[in-house]
Amino acid sequence: MSLIISAIGQGLLWAVIGIGLYLTFRILDFPDMTVEGTFPMGAATAVTAIAHGVNPILATILAFLVGCVAGLVTGLLYTKAKIPVLLAGILVMTASYSIDLRIMGKPNQSLLGLPTLLSGKFLQSLPPYFDGVFVGFIVITVVTLILIYFLQTDLGQAFIATGDNENMAESLGINTDNMKIMGVSVSNGLIALGGALVAQNNGYSDVNMGIGIIVVALASIIIGEVIFGDLTMNQRLVAVIVGSILYRLVLLLVLQLGFNANDLNLISSILLAIFMGIPAFESRFHLKHVLKRGIKND
Amino acid sequence: MTKTIFQLKDVVKTVNEDTPEELNILDHVNLDIHEGDFITILGSNGAGKSTLFNTIGGNLRPTSGQVIYKDKDITNMSVVKRTSFLSRVFQDPKLGTAPRMTVAENLLLAEKRGSHHHLTPRKLKGEMKRFEQITAKMNNNLDHRLNTATGSLSGGQRQALSFLMATIKKPGILLLDEHTAALDPKTSQNLMDITDETIKEQNLTCLMITHHLEDALKYGNRLLVLHQGKISYDISGEEKAKLTKEELLTFFNDIQ
Repeated sequence: MSLIISAIGQGLLWAVIGIGLYLTFRILDFPDMTVEGTFPMGAATAVTAIAHGVNPILATILAFLVGCVAGLVTGLLYTKAKIPVLLAGILVMTASYSIDLRIMGKPNQSLLGLPTLLSGKFLQSLPPYFDGVFVGFIVITVVTLILIYFLQTDLGQAFIATGDNENMAESLGINTDNMKIMGVSVSNGLIALGGALVAQNNGYSDVNMGIGIIVVALASIIIGEVIFGDLTMNQRLVAVIVGSILYRLVLLLVLQLGFNANDLNLISSILLAIFMGIPAFESRFHLKHVLKRGIKND
Repeated sequence: MTKTIFQLKDVVKTVNEDTPEELNILDHVNLDIHEGDFITILGSNGAGKSTLFNTIGGNLRPTSGQVIYKDKDITNMSVVKRTSFLSRVFQDPKLGTAPRMTVAENLLLAEKRGSHHHLTPRKLKGEMKRFEQITAKMNNNLDHRLNTATGSLSGGQRQALSFLMATIKKPGILLLDEHTAALDPKTSQNLMDITDETIKEQNLTCLMITHHLEDALKYGNRLLVLHQGKISYDISGEEKAKLTKEELLTFFNDIQ
């Protein structure tokens, strides 16, 4: 049972990353590799700040801002320097490895004995692993509500239109470059925020913790989409959160089957490939129907 | 004589500059557009029609010459800035609408063409009644599909929506780039009728590229023929009204 609670808590914390990637991958409709760099950068920033005595809440906000700046760089390289977005992301991702080492001064940093977002008196009074669930729930609720508000504003609609039909957006006077820069920036801010949360939940930060992040974030998006199908924009955001939790539960199941943590990246990739392939096979085998049933019967 | 609203002054657009293939796709074009003009534009492929539109729309900068709107030089003004007075309907219905957004959302965006997008709520619900009335005029069931994603509309509905979006906020200049060419004859006729009505009703200034001689003759108060980057024929008013298809065909055969 406690393993399931832990998985749900992780799912909620990781949902921030899924939602962040959703802004670029689904709304702006391009793959942003920067996230593999901004995730550990957020972790490094928050952990180092806490180690220097900064309040954990401030340290987490700082991580968000640092992520925004990294995303801003990718956005500028993409829109102004006209570097293909995949490469622009990889450039910033690669550079951020060095920056993370600069920030931490070493490859990893422990939070042992230091205060974190999860170490408040109230949180520690909860049953084990409920601290992650509580913090994850609060953060993802706030983030989702802000995004839902944003997407229904004039600016949000212009942002959606940019990803949907750039040509039309321009002909309606929307500055599409600015929309892309804003999207990549906020997206990476959220992913760095996720990195800061995950690091505090795990109790350490490591420069290598970014490997495979894009796969994990995509998995929550795709699982949500495959299971729920056609949804409105607001519902889609919630679907990402549910997808993120389900993904953690699937991983838990896989670990219970006897695989070890070193296999996780392989398993994550296989899972994602399966879920991304489902729509293609679906029409042939009516898989969605079967899958929906399977989940309901759980 | 009505006021001149838009001018091209000695506009040249050269491609493949400094190579043996150097070519002026617009060759010293001078054009005065008056307020309320509805100009139909004919010309064979490669005559420079699209280049003309792209120069007016700001997608292309002329190699030399000036573009003037209401006495202001806008030669170097960006596409996005020009949208404050200029709107455009493209030939491909897919180009004019956002497929994953609903009909109403598309209209709302179009209404804010050329203005700043702020962090204020979009207030869509209050507009639905009005959007229903506007779309009902299109006679194609669009008013019952306001909450449908435009990607699942028919080509005709999408193009009608594109036209509505271009005119929902009155543009200083409307560019129609063969906007009925991708539609079947009946749908095309319906949209063409609505186009003509709207232009008259709102007294719009409009340029329309077409390949149909009949449409070019039937609609508008002025007709241009583009040939090899030059305006080789410019007729308006009474003279245009009297022009017959035969005369126009003879003219076409003469220049080719």
